[in-house]
Amino acid sequence: MDIDFITQILFAAIKTGTPLLFIALGEVICEKSGVLNLGQEGMMLMGAVVGFLAAYTTGSAGLGIFGAIFMGMIMSLIFAFLVLHLGANQVATGLALTIFGTGLSAFVGADVVGQTVQGFQPIIIPLLSDIPLLGKILFTHDLLVYVSFAMAGSVAYVANRTRTGLVLKAVGENPHAANAIGIKVLRVRYCAIMFGGAMAGLSGAYMSLVYTPMWIENMSSGRGWIALALVVFASWRIGNIMLGAYLFGLASIMHLVLQGMGWSISPNLLAMLPYVATVLVMVIISADKFKEKLLAPRSLGKPFDPRQMA
Amino acid sequence: MSQVSRDVIVIETPNLTRKESAPPRLTLKNITKEYPGCLANDNISMSLENGEIHALLGENGAGKSTLVKAIYGVVAPNAGELIWEGSSVKISNPANARDLGIGMVFQHFSLFETLSVSQNIELCLSKEQLASIPDLSQRISQLSEQYGLNVDPDKYVHSLSIGERQRVEIMRCLVQSVKLLILDEPTSVLTPQEVAGLFVVLKQLSKEGCSILFISHKLHEVTEICQSATILRAGKVVDTCNPKEETPASLAKMMVGDLAEQDAGYTKKTGDKVCLEVINLSLSSAQPFGTQLKNIQFDLVAGEILGIAGVAGNGQEELMSAISGEDSRAAPDMIKLNQVPIGDLGAGKRRQLGMAYVPEERLGRGAVPDMSLSENTLLTHSKGFIHKGIVDWKGLKSYTSQLIDSFKVKCHGEFSEAQSLSGGNLQKFIMGREIGQSPKVLICAHPTWGVDVGAALAIHQALLKLRDEGAAILLVSEDIDELFLLADRMAAVCDGFLSPVIRCEDTNIDQIGQWMAGTFISETDTPSKEASA
Repeated sequence: MDIDFITQILFAAIKTGTPLLFIALGEVICEKSGVLNLGQEGMMLMGAVVGFLAAYTTGSAGLGIFGAIFMGMIMSLIFAFLVLHLGANQVATGLALTIFGTGLSAFVGADVVGQTVQGFQPIIIPLLSDIPLLGKILFTHDLLVYVSFAMAGSVAYVANRTRTGLVLKAVGENPHAANAIGIKVLRVRYCAIMFGGAMAGLSGAYMSLVYTPMWIENMSSGRGWIALALVVFASWRIGNIMLGAYLFGLASIMHLVLQGMGWSISPNLLAMLPYVATVLVMVIISADKFKEKLLAPRSLGKPFDPRQMA
Repeated sequence: MSQVSRDVIVIETPNLTRKESAPPRLTLKNITKEYPGCLANDNISMSLENGEIHALLGENGAGKSTLVKAIYGVVAPNAGELIWEGSSVKISNPANARDLGIGMVFQHFSLFETLSVSQNIELCLSKEQLASIPDLSQRISQLSEQYGLNVDPDKYVHSLSIGERQRVEIMRCLVQSVKLLILDEPTSVLTPQEVAGLFVVLKQLSKEGCSILFISHKLHEVTEICQSATILRAGKVVDTCNPKEETPASLAKMMVGDLAEQDAGYTKKTGDKVCLEVINLSLSSAQPFGTQLKNIQFDLVAGEILGIAGVAGNGQEELMSAISGEDSRAAPDMIKLNQVPIGDLGAGKRRQLGMAYVPEERLGRGAVPDMSLSENTLLTHSKGFIHKGIVDWKGLKSYTSQLIDSFKVKCHGEFSEAQSLSGGNLQKFIMGREIGQSPKVLICAHPTWGVDVGAALAIHQALLKLRDEGAAILLVSEDIDELFLLADRMAAVCDGFLSPVIRCEDTNIDQIGQWMAGTFISETDTPSKEASA
């Protein structure tokens, strides 16, 4: 294995991990506000199909991205209304959203299965891409990968350094107390859920416009679920989420590489590798239960009704 | 609308040297709040002067909490008017209230445990307020010194004691310079020394012109610091008075009507037969932020009540879990019930041996929230009402109804869900259920916490009757007055150490208060002296 080959593997690992990073960043904000949205997979698929259709009919990948983000937000708005306004159970509603999104995306995209669109061209950043090794791995990607870097940085900054992050954490820990000091709990949760939806849509667009620029039914292949696990195992920390996402990317690539090298293991077992590896490593990272208790949003999954004060 | 006519102000406060022209800080006019099936506040009118410490008294369910929540904008009253410094206002949410200068310290603290003290305080401030304070940490330290509050801005809230948390709550109000501070049972979780410290702060605030609305069940505190009082019963104002001219007994009478006979004291007893022995019990905590139990040793004697005082979080919870069997990690010989080693037995086995347990947390551990009262009764009375695996529902229901009657539990019936009961009523139910098993040993946490005067009296008498029938009772409470009233012998816990056990006649509140702060730790030459600091 020469150095070029390794560089290529790592480059591909980042590319493969990017959709997972997007969706996990959305989910972590949502969960920090105390809402567990299991509808990630459905939102992502709807984003993917709408993004693809928009790009396919207009010929503009940019419009596709906006369409996907918009669709993700609409889907999350449905969820938010049911959960926040009507006080529906978050787990059941989230599952329903996933089933709904999976089915609807297959229906909407039935006519364009297998069609392709013009994806994004890589943007090679001058100077930075000349850094030996790292330059190749990090700075020769398409626009959305750079966006994902920027998003991870800004989400981490907002969550840890700003008043907005403080408010978010407060709402997720104790919504009643937050309400008592005048924070508009439902508004914060609406925003967090919508952000989650937007990121899920974007992640879907990455799948159908960049990663494999075509629409295939159920093309997210469980990334929404892995993102949910990733957020928990990463202890709601952005750094760990990035690590986990790229690890997933790496394992996904390795399963192709190993097949290519002629390993005589069933490809089905190898296809399992990214999921198993990601979960395993993340479990090991999050083994410190003590810290876990401090980082987890205490009111995760619990509905809040401002009219009902304890 | 802005001018208040004098005749609507129900309460006159003659002892205050107030200028006739200055409008009162807050006037309530005919506040009414109705919940489905319950009129919580019925035409309440009262007024609060500038710099006045005003007590709001009443039994559980009299409508005190609803009233202060209406003032703080947490609940919206159905009718009535709030007049703030002479002009009519509408307070629709807590943010409104805080903008006016109303601060509130809740009974159950509303702090965020995973944030630091200064982050907690920062969250409470609006952007403008935050901009006007150049250095928040410095401002906290400065206020901390000014009022002797002793709050470290960089500490995380989960690492603070209950008393410290309360000071953070008060600090949160002070930073935004409040004009009206509402305190909902602020002293129920403090040591006597901490209470004294709190009163110094309150008096200083009052002198600076801040009005204080003070809810407490401890009437001697009300007579000590309050300048006026409004007494509520069943949602109505029934009386007003100047507490300085009243005694705790006369206040209690106003609260409950003529029914109350506040007992001055009960007879103390001495038993002879040791029932439960705790021998050198040392146990690390099963919870993060828990307290480690260190060499705990005491006997429970049949026919005696042993009271354990202490500020919450000093190992009471861990000690009770170890004795009740919720935590069965102790060595068998560390706890003996009538000579039988039970340290490693589960809670069910210990109950079979004659132990009963009233945990601190009523909803969730004392009773299952979603289950009816009869089902909750069945949980600890399974022997009596299950025959060959079949539940005797008829017998269970009539027994539960009887229990509800004899302990005057206010509820719709034995089919009511446990969570539908108010805290005090649920406490009465759980106490009744446990006492009803005529246990040999009763472990009981905070028997009357949040319970009104009338119900507390009933619970006291039930406990004493159980004692007189020969049961050994362990009372763990933060209410030191109640312990002195009920217990035959006393001890205190601090930082997981248990003080020596002493007969009530041979000690006084001061000594126990000092023990609660840990002074005995150096007396009994235990290794970790720093704990007393």
